[in-house]
Amino acid sequence: MSAAMDRRPAAFWLQLAFTLFVCAFLIVPVGLSIMAGVTRDMFIGIGSGVTLQWLVKVWTDYRQTVFLSIQIAMACLALTLLLGVPAAYVLARRQNAFTRAVEELLVMPVAVPGLATALALIVTYGGWGDFRRSWVFILVGHVLFTLPFMVRSVLAVLTSIDLRTLEEGARSLGANFVQRFFGIVLPNCRGGILAGSLMVVTLSLGEFNMTLLLHTPLTQTLPVGLADTYASLRLEVGSAYTLIFFIIIIPLLVAMQWAAAPPRRRKPVEETL
Amino acid sequence: MRDDRLWLVALLAPAAIVFIAFFLLPLGRLFLIGGSGPMGWGAYAAAFTEARYLKSLVSTVLLSAGVTVVTLAISGLAGVFLQRNRFTGRALLTALLTLPLAFPGVVIGFMVIMLAGRQGLIPDITDALVGERLVFAYSMAGLFMGYVYFSIPRTILTVMASAEKLDPRIEEAARSLGAGRWRVVRDVIVPGLKPAFLSAGAICFATAMGAFGTAFTLATRINVLPMVIYTEFTLQANLAMAAALSFVLGAITWAALALARTAAGSSVAAAG
Repeated sequence: MSAAMDRRPAAFWLQLAFTLFVCAFLIVPVGLSIMAGVTRDMFIGIGSGVTLQWLVKVWTDYRQTVFLSIQIAMACLALTLLLGVPAAYVLARRQNAFTRAVEELLVMPVAVPGLATALALIVTYGGWGDFRRSWVFILVGHVLFTLPFMVRSVLAVLTSIDLRTLEEGARSLGANFVQRFFGIVLPNCRGGILAGSLMVVTLSLGEFNMTLLLHTPLTQTLPVGLADTYASLRLEVGSAYTLIFFIIIIPLLVAMQWAAAPPRRRKPVEETL
Repeated sequence: MRDDRLWLVALLAPAAIVFIAFFLLPLGRLFLIGGSGPMGWGAYAAAFTEARYLKSLVSTVLLSAGVTVVTLAISGLAGVFLQRNRFTGRALLTALLTLPLAFPGVVIGFMVIMLAGRQGLIPDITDALVGERLVFAYSMAGLFMGYVYFSIPRTILTVMASAEKLDPRIEEAARSLGAGRWRVVRDVIVPGLKPAFLSAGAICFATAMGAFGTAFTLATRINVLPMVIYTEFTLQANLAMAAALSFVLGAITWAALALARTAAGSSVAAAG
């Protein structure tokens, strides 16, 4: 193999070096942050000793934000599944000017800055005190923002299979609409539902643009708490908090990469040319 | 399957109701409020005529455009390279490059602080090299770096998916006709990737325009439009101006996406 590698042109090594540099740009700060989260004193460096004191402190002071964010993400997932999967099915079944317009509209909350959506929600529903003060107010924003990702993901799968033939077949065998929807449609878009779900949970856990305006002191989420510690507490505390966030989010991101890879790519690829 | 019509309406209805009640109506309300302040509908014009708003609008657009160009260049190079070459560790490298895909803006801001903040890595390096600590995290440069960081993973994915569909035989043909490496890049690869560049670039521009968490983490004094909106709303309690500015911001972002979609055909729709 090394003989094969040696024969590669200089351009290959230059591009590889560049790509590795970009990778370092993305990954090194993650590593630094993880390290800082367990360092006794960052002014001295990791030499000052490894400690869990910052993690304990963050967990004591901010664990409510972790629980609330997970709660919102799960509720958001349930709602986007209930609203998004049926909607995607309708958009796949009827492809005309109307459904294209609907699709276009549904994606708007991604294009419109989160600040604007949050302001719009506040001016419209801010007067409903109990609603405004509850975590459901944040949930509404998260559902708007993540719904397009669920719809897109399921729609992509549904338009790539021959839904019509499958459904016609089931129908000719006497299956009614409900039987077809649960027996044919849902099992066939499993992959899209999985990919969409991972995306929805990940985005909801990290949503900040809207949440900063939608939250109240009693409904602080993980990213809002993060911003709080970054602004006011020492670097080690911010890092420890970020580490807790990474522990939750990185498995989801890895799962997302795995779910997004087409089956073909999961087969072993030959490593050298 | 005509008799399914009622079912289809019933399945689309819940999403439509939620969307209308919590997005379209509130946005309409926000639009009206934008025109209800002391300036009346002039608030919308003020975004372009009043110096401090115009300045932040221009710097936000320039920042986003710069981020888009740099991100496309970096991701184009790395993405095509990863798609074209097979080597040990390629899968891992791709995975690492796309790992920060859904990091929130606040965390990205913290990553910038880790690299270029007061106790960051880059100041340590410049200190060792030239004896001076180069700290730029808490400025427009830091924000720029943060947005590039944020946009690279998604753009690389789009470029790789598109590069996979390029036909290497066209490049072979160009080469056999005597085209040099740069001619091939300029006349074959870049035009082939144009739809991907347009769609990824539009998303990149739009997210940089509306992003807020990174600027919030780095410094509240960075003069970009989302920060101005936040300040107008929270500190000045100037709801009408905040509404008008967020509408202007939303309109520019949406127009950028629509423009790219028209230019690239339907391919943008797939980039989400």
